Amino acid sequence: MNDNNQNSPSKFCAGCGHPIVLLALGKTLEEMGLSKQAVLGLDIGCSLLAINFLPINTFHTHHGRVSPTMVGFKKARQDSICLGYTGDGGAYAIGLQSLLHSAKRDEPITVLVVNNTVYAMTGGQTAPTTLKGQKTITDPDGCKNAPILGPELMRQVADPKAFLARTAVNDIKQAREFIKKAIETQQAGHFSLIEFLSFCPTNWRTKGQETLEYLENLKKVFKIGVI
Amino acid sequence: MVNSRQFLTGSEVFVRAAIDSGAGFMFGYPITPASEILSGWINSGKKYLQTEDEIAAGFALCGAVLGGEKAFTATSGPGNILMQDGLSMAEGMRLPFVMVAAQRGGPSSGTVIYSQQEVILSCFGGNGEGMRFVYSPSNLSELYKFTRKAFNDAWHYRFPAIILTDGYLLKTKGVIDFAKIGEIKNISPRALVPKDSVVHWPNIYTFEEELYQEIKLAKDDFEKVAEDIADCESYQTDKADILLVAHGIVGAAAKEAVDELRKKGINAGLFRPITLRPLARKKLDKIAGQESVKKIVVVESSLGQLARIIRDQIAPEICAEFAYMQYPGLGIETEAIVDFVAGLRVVSGEI
Repeated sequence: MNDNNQNSPSKFCAGCGHPIVLLALGKTLEEMGLSKQAVLGLDIGCSLLAINFLPINTFHTHHGRVSPTMVGFKKARQDSICLGYTGDGGAYAIGLQSLLHSAKRDEPITVLVVNNTVYAMTGGQTAPTTLKGQKTITDPDGCKNAPILGPELMRQVADPKAFLARTAVNDIKQAREFIKKAIETQQAGHFSLIEFLSFCPTNWRTKGQETLEYLENLKKVFKIGVI
Repeated sequence: MVNSRQFLTGSEVFVRAAIDSGAGFMFGYPITPASEILSGWINSGKKYLQTEDEIAAGFALCGAVLGGEKAFTATSGPGNILMQDGLSMAEGMRLPFVMVAAQRGGPSSGTVIYSQQEVILSCFGGNGEGMRFVYSPSNLSELYKFTRKAFNDAWHYRFPAIILTDGYLLKTKGVIDFAKIGEIKNISPRALVPKDSVVHWPNIYTFEEELYQEIKLAKDDFEKVAEDIADCESYQTDKADILLVAHGIVGAAAKEAVDELRKKGINAGLFRPITLRPLARKKLDKIAGQESVKKIVVVESSLGQLARIIRDQIAPEICAEFAYMQYPGLGIETEAIVDFVAGLRVVSGEI
């Protein structure tokens, strides 16, 4: 166990959406007075870079395994606020089985999914959220299938009291509202998941305004709001 | 007052040991022959979670111990393969991950009762160096004792601990006398992710040197505690000609075979490793290094998984010849071992 990176600068790429989600989370926890109870489990992928971003307890898990790890942590420590932080691949591909069953069993954990439509850390391969027609390293001719709509899929199996929503990193106000609602849902003993549509200028190969337009375009396929 | 002598199956013995160890939670996915541990635990009224697969059971177990809960899982064969994912995290973060591996025949779905084919998987599975304690009990009483020890060692030394058994021992019903085992004190669990301070606890590193330091630290610690943990039974080994090496229930059969062989005038002894990781190598070297020892016969229900560990760990200067009795996934009875050893001596012209 170490804190060796505590004071080092953020390792996220310039223009990445992750810091926005993490800041929204940190501020909301602070406002709710829950920073001490919060435990942020990190999936592998760009999510792992959040290890020293916030002054709350964090630890790495494995790729796709953050939800079962947080389910176990919550069983051990019911007064904690268990947060699983993951990308779209960790959530909806390699970790989907666990995520679905966590929702199905209504486990009182909160899963924060950062959806940038690609496997970003490994170089921009097709993700379960890649849009139909989107070109990636592994689909150079464009992805042939429609993306998985995570919160909508979870809705099929989740308890009616589970909180499932989608927001975007260019709407901080809504992001913070949803985070608060998700944590309150966990406190009430239910499952919650928020998907954040997020920037990845590195793999989208976009600049400035283009990145924002790309994100806005995603909202046509990924419906914003409570699901 | 409860009678200290009880008539129990191996699964019941394990559940009792886990309860007596102060375990509070089990994560598990049904798989023969480990399912009776899950149902036995549930019937005892303890807290549990039946997960969607063994991967989830392994990681939920990691999460629970990070939170400070003394918890465990039980699995077998294909489930043991999936469990290596969580075990690898436990090894990387030095988590007290306690697991029963009830071996079944492999590869693939194989059979469900008798096998010693999960030795290498249990000792060295995962993308690491096998920094874990692996206990191989040979009877019900040892199953109880070493389960208690596994929980204590895991929480005391902070390494994963595996009780390696099989369907045969878990389904065996026999008398176990708890009075003879005596009292065992429990090591208390503690919250590994603290409640009153903040930690950022990585298991992935930017630089090779950072990871190397973590591995080196774990290696040094593992070697330091190996002396305390390593355990074996040495039976009739003093000045033995033939040294049998066997573990688990095959070890129990080999012990009887030593008596039978001695009745036939064959001077046999047994080195039975109780811990496969770490191995009681000093004891092994001392026994196998005796001038009297002409042959080391490794007996196992696998194609040489124990033999690989023994050959790797034994001092290189020990020059006794090796012989192998290997029946992968088959039961090995005393008579078969006696015949095999007697046959060896005829073939080699010795008497």
